[in-house]
This record gives sequence, C-alpha cells and structure tokens, in this order.
Amino acid sequence: MAYVKINKDRCKGCGLCIQNCKLALLVIVEDELNVLGYHPVGFVDGEGECKGCKFCAETCPDCAIEVYK
Amino acid sequence: MTTEAKDKPKKVYGRPESLKDVGFHFCPGCNHGNVHKMVAEAIDEFGVREKTIGVAGVGCGVFLYNYIDIDVLEAPHGRACAEATGVSRVHPDHVVFTYQGDGDLAAIGIAETIHAANRGEHITVLFVNNTVYGMTGGQMAPTTLLGQKTTTSPYGREFMGEGYPIKMAEMLATLEGTAFVARVACNTPKNIMAAKRAIKKAFKMQIDKMGFTFVEILSACPTNWGMDAVTANKRVEEEMIPYFPLGILKERTTADYL
Ligand SMILES: Cc1ncc(C[n+]2csc(CCOP(=O)(O)OP(=O)(O)O)c2C)c(N)n1
Ligand code: SF4
Repeated sequence: MAYVKINKDRCKGCGLCIQNCKLALLVIVEDELNVLGYHPVGFVDGEGECKGCKFCAETCPDCAIEVYK
Repeated sequence: MTTEAKDKPKKVYGRPESLKDVGFHFCPGCNHGNVHKMVAEAIDEFGVREKTIGVAGVGCGVFLYNYIDIDVLEAPHGRACAEATGVSRVHPDHVVFTYQGDGDLAAIGIAETIHAANRGEHITVLFVNNTVYGMTGGQMAPTTLLGQKTTTSPYGREFMGEGYPIKMAEMLATLEGTAFVARVACNTPKNIMAAKRAIKKAFKMQIDKMGFTFVEILSACPTNWGMDAVTANKRVEEEMIPYFPLGILKERTTADYL
C-alpha cells in the first residue's frame, strides 16, 4: 500500500499536486491554515487507492510531499 | 514479524540530501523550487556535493546558497558566466554551474554568456526562462513573448518596438564551444523527468570535460503573469512551448568540435 506524507507547514496551496494526481486523492483543506498562512493540501485516501506514482511529489515546487510505497 | 518489516512502506521520494531542510521563499507554484530540487538531485546522484560550486545570478534564484548545501558565489547582475569561468579555471577539478534567470542571462548578461559558451568553458549554465523579470516586479525581458503584457509592455510586446523573444538555446547551439544544449520545462511530471535527465546529462558532460553545457528551463512565474499556478503551467504548455520548442538541440560526442 502506498501513501504520501505532506509537510503542511511547507505547503503553499498552489494546487499543482492536486492537478497531477490522476486519482484525485489530494484536496485543499479549506478550514486549516498553516504557519505560512495558506490552506494546505491534505491526502484523503479512504480506499487505499494511492499507487505511489510520485507525480504529486515530483511537481511540488516546495518539496513538501514524501511518497511511501 | 519479519514479513511485517518487509511490507512496511519505504520512502520512495523525498527531499534530496543536498537540499537543505528550509522552506523556499518563492511564490506559490513558482518553478524555481522544482529546478532547485533537480539540481540537488543531480548533485546527489553524482556524489559531488563536496566539490560543486554554484554561481547565482541576480533574480529570484539569488538565494541559491540558502537552499543547496554547497558553496555558492553571488555574481553581479548578468556576470555569472564570467565569474564561473574564473572559478572553473582555478578549480578545474570542481563542478561549476551558474543559475540564472532570463533577465539576468539574456539581457544584461548576454555578452558574458555568449563568450563563455564560445570559449567552451567547462561550466554548466542553468537558464530559468520565465519570460519576465520576476524579482523586480515583472518587467519585460528579452524572452517575453509577443503580445505578452508586462509592467513595461502594458499593451503587449510588439516586435516593431521591442523585437522578438530571444531563443537562447538555439543561439548558443550554433557556437562551436558548446557541447550540450537542451531546452526543457517543468510544467508536467513527464517534462520534469526530461528536465532532470537533461540537467544530469549536462553535469555528467562537464565532469567528463566535454565543454560548455547549457540547459534552458521553461518556468512559470504565476505572480507576475497574474495567474494561479495551474493556469500558469497551462500557459507554459500552450504559449511558451510552441515558441520555445523542447528537446536536445546539440550533444557533442567528442571533447572538441573536431
Ligand atoms: C546591475 C543591476 N541592475 C539591475 C538590478 C535589478 N534587478 C534585480 S533582479 C532583476 C531581474 C531578474 O530577472 P530574471 O533574471 O528574469 O530572474 P527572475 O527573478 O525572473 O527569476 C533586476 C533587473 C540589479 N540588481 N543589478
Ligand atoms: S516573482 Fe516569479 S520568479 Fe520570483 S519567486 Fe515569485 S513566481 Fe517565482
């Protein structure tokens, strides 16, 4: 089973990971604010669908995503 | 118990070792972050952290020393290639690269860049082309696309007054001194993979003393383009790549042009 870990305080909510996750497992968490003042991205994978393709992490300009597989 | 340990997911992607654990100052969605990551990955891959020297130009990439765990020199605006020439001649056993924006490399620093390339200096030039002067507020750069509105071309760039966007990679590829010239982008995972390969290739060719290596990286500057990151990446695909085609423009197989 694969999953990603998001360093929420590094996330700037740019949304590039969301756009690149073909399984739509990443969402902006509107009711959360991080130290930088952005709404960070959260990983929602109830069904364990994540394949660990790394697309989200590769595109994250802030290196805020780690992928485990 | 052993099977459990075996099945435990392993980290397959994370921060490269050479990238310091500090947050970038870049705007949300700025591709400078992606390029920094790629440079750190290339340094890690070749295990050359202790003998790599970066030269940062002036622009949003100026804080290179804050982020990559190597020695970095600051060059006056546009002079990174001249400075890197000195560094690489004094330290021929080191890996020397410059990190420059389009305002830096293609405007004020175009002479230094062309001559360093023509002399075939053993340096790698990473050219982050985002079609504007990012740091100073989005003025027109030599690479600004026709029709593109910037703070100094409020009606859109026109070739009659401002000329055409300069294709640096094509121009440098014509020089005998250049060993490797490529143009890449970081708007999609696929393009990021190709960009990583090109940067690694450039470093490898420098390590092999093949001559001047140049990688132009098409990047988004969402802030000065007045767009969100996703739309800015789309603009790279739809407007930049058609004018600045991607690919390897030149790859020499011998150390000199003969
Ligand atoms: C000699 C000199 N002239 C002008 C400046 C002001 N200046 C600082 S950054 C910059 C433009 C940088 O743009 P670019 O190279 O495209 O990098 P970006 O910020 O887009 O990454 C300018 C003109 C300066 N620092 N030094
Ligand atoms: S101004 Fe542009 S180039 Fe500079 S950090 Fe912001 S998005 Fe990046």
